[in-house]
Amino acid sequence: MLSILPQVIVDGLTLGFMYAVVALGYTMVYGILEFINFAHGEIFMVGAFIGTEVLLISDSLGALQGMNPYVAFFMTLVISMALTGGLGVLIERIAYRPLRGAPRLVPLISAIGVSFLLQDLVRFTEAIARNEFYLNTPALFSGSVSLGFASIPTKGLIVIILAIVMMIALTLFIGKTKWGIAMRAVAQDQSTASLMTINVDKVIMLTFLIGSSLGGATGVLFSQNYGTIDPYIGFILGLKAFTAAVLGGIGNLRGAMVGGVLLGLLESLSGAYMGPLTGGAFGAEYKDVFAFSILILVLLFKPEGLFGEAVKEKV
Amino acid sequence: MANIGWKSIKGIPLIFTLIWIVGFASALHFLDKSVIAFLGILFSIILIYYTNSSKMVRMILGAAVLLLIIPLVAGDNRYYMEVASQVGIYVAMALGLNIVVGFAGLLDLGYVAFFAAGAYAYAIFSTSQANQFIPGELFPLTGDWFWPFLIVGLIVAAIFGILLGLPVLRVKGDYLAIVTLGFGEIIRIIFNNLDKPINITNGPQGITPIPQPELFGIKMSTPFYFYFIVLFVIIFIVIANIRFEHSRLGRAWVAVREDELAAQSMGISLLNTKLAAFATGASFAGVVGVIFAAKQTFIDPTSFTLMESIGILVMVILGGSGSIPGVILGAAFVTVLQVQLLKEFSNFLHSLQQSGIINLPNQLDPSKFQRLIFGVMLILVALYRPNGLIPAKRKKNDLDAIRGSKYSGGKLGILSKLQGKES
Repeated sequence: MLSILPQVIVDGLTLGFMYAVVALGYTMVYGILEFINFAHGEIFMVGAFIGTEVLLISDSLGALQGMNPYVAFFMTLVISMALTGGLGVLIERIAYRPLRGAPRLVPLISAIGVSFLLQDLVRFTEAIARNEFYLNTPALFSGSVSLGFASIPTKGLIVIILAIVMMIALTLFIGKTKWGIAMRAVAQDQSTASLMTINVDKVIMLTFLIGSSLGGATGVLFSQNYGTIDPYIGFILGLKAFTAAVLGGIGNLRGAMVGGVLLGLLESLSGAYMGPLTGGAFGAEYKDVFAFSILILVLLFKPEGLFGEAVKEKV
Repeated sequence: MANIGWKSIKGIPLIFTLIWIVGFASALHFLDKSVIAFLGILFSIILIYYTNSSKMVRMILGAAVLLLIIPLVAGDNRYYMEVASQVGIYVAMALGLNIVVGFAGLLDLGYVAFFAAGAYAYAIFSTSQANQFIPGELFPLTGDWFWPFLIVGLIVAAIFGILLGLPVLRVKGDYLAIVTLGFGEIIRIIFNNLDKPINITNGPQGITPIPQPELFGIKMSTPFYFYFIVLFVIIFIVIANIRFEHSRLGRAWVAVREDELAAQSMGISLLNTKLAAFATGASFAGVVGVIFAAKQTFIDPTSFTLMESIGILVMVILGGSGSIPGVILGAAFVTVLQVQLLKEFSNFLHSLQQSGIINLPNQLDPSKFQRLIFGVMLILVALYRPNGLIPAKRKKNDLDAIRGSKYSGGKLGILSKLQGKES
């Protein structure tokens, strides 16, 4: 039973970094607008479909033959990020911006609407184009790297490395650049920030652009790693990424990373060991229950998360 | 502008409503299987609501349409009664959710879990399923037990509501939405896997055959009977809704919805108030769950997905959360759209396809467009009608009437002593 432990941990890390990058998108938007972008999971899903379509189309054109897989992967990633980033901005413009002053539940309802709309639009488009909406992604990387105690597939390694790169880049962007400072200012106080000649609309647009393109990039990573995608993958993964963001302390970038990795590890461990430990009574099918229970427990006992600061209610 | 135009019409003339009802009723009677005529009859309820006559007349008209005209004209048609009872089931559920979302302002995305609790309560004990974990061959129960199980379903769901509510209600706003969503999913996964170690729910295979209700030896197996059962449950829920709305508890709900902090400062116990809303909404869903299980004679976890919760939420928000006529309209509209209009449309497309005019892949069947339609509806309602189609009315106190009342003449308390000096 313990012999599979290293492999379980490696799988959990891969999953966890995937959660972490999606969680970054939730955290960024929440940090600035105090609003849960429910549609973020669907943006991730659209990213996975765009990536798969890019690979499928270039494969059918014969462009993938002889192309370095890393170049092909980079191309897919860039196209997917650009398109999902644009999609995020578009969604913000149409469905969220007109509601900025509305009671808090109204934009949430609009976001749920967007997420359902995107699911069916993707299904619709794929059904017309390919007569099928469960797609198999062409695998770019097949090898694996042996670490001695466990082997990690190349695609998994790419997930981990890219996730870390994206996180570092984002942290630097928010910490060091002018736009990053503007973002933090808007997060603190929108009206004061606008008095300081910060264009709040533009900053929020940029937030959605970056958050959504990160979601799209994770979609590409996901489709490479798991091989099969469908229009409904975004919802549960989005929910778990949100759990990760809450676990780490929503609005906190480092927290999102730690929360994601932690959740991935916990899920992988529970999936592998819950069955044997309970004598087969509760198997891997309960791992989602496990993830949601963590969400509920964190919200109950430590709503500020692991790294967040407790917020005092403003009266 | 449109608003002003609407205001200047003081309701629809009674004669028009009557002509409408008679017209569509006879159309339904003489033209068999006319969907439009049937929808026209259902729509007449809205006309009656807006009719320009006294409340009494409207009540009698509405009762006549629901209790006499629909059963008389469409009663022998299984399909229409099926649609009508389906509409009724969703209206009842939406009215239950209206208490949670509309009155108390708690966005509950796991509402269908309570519906599932009621349905499973009846299903497990009315079939031989319960023998799996209760010793002695006591089950299945007969259909006579349907009636007491309406109460059992209510209680089970209310207990579920309190159990879920106790921990969950400490969070609020969008967090509450996410947490209830997670809870709904947890319940569904558990029902889906509770066939081992002890077989309680029979897992993904579901439970069948659930007995249909019996009363004095009559087996109520057709949708015709369910139409009446649902109708009476709705009447009960509507009365409960109205009574709650104007009760002390109902005003506390609205206060909590508008401003939690202020309500708390005025001495309203947040936890009790919210728990009461959760439990009340849940108990209605439990009753409807029992009816649903008896009507379908088969249940499995696929009937209790997140889509169902979202669907009911769409009904409440589209119609106007907190507004009883609005919620009824929203539920009726969404259900008719789903079970009838989309089906008709896909049948139409199928016939086109069979005659070779168009070629559609199977995945584009309009009856599968639920998510797209729900999505568009939610966005449009949020953007353009955040209060719904029939917004909730606030009860206004007529200040002039209060001033003019005979009790307001003399000044009371310390003011009465000042009266002489003032004039």
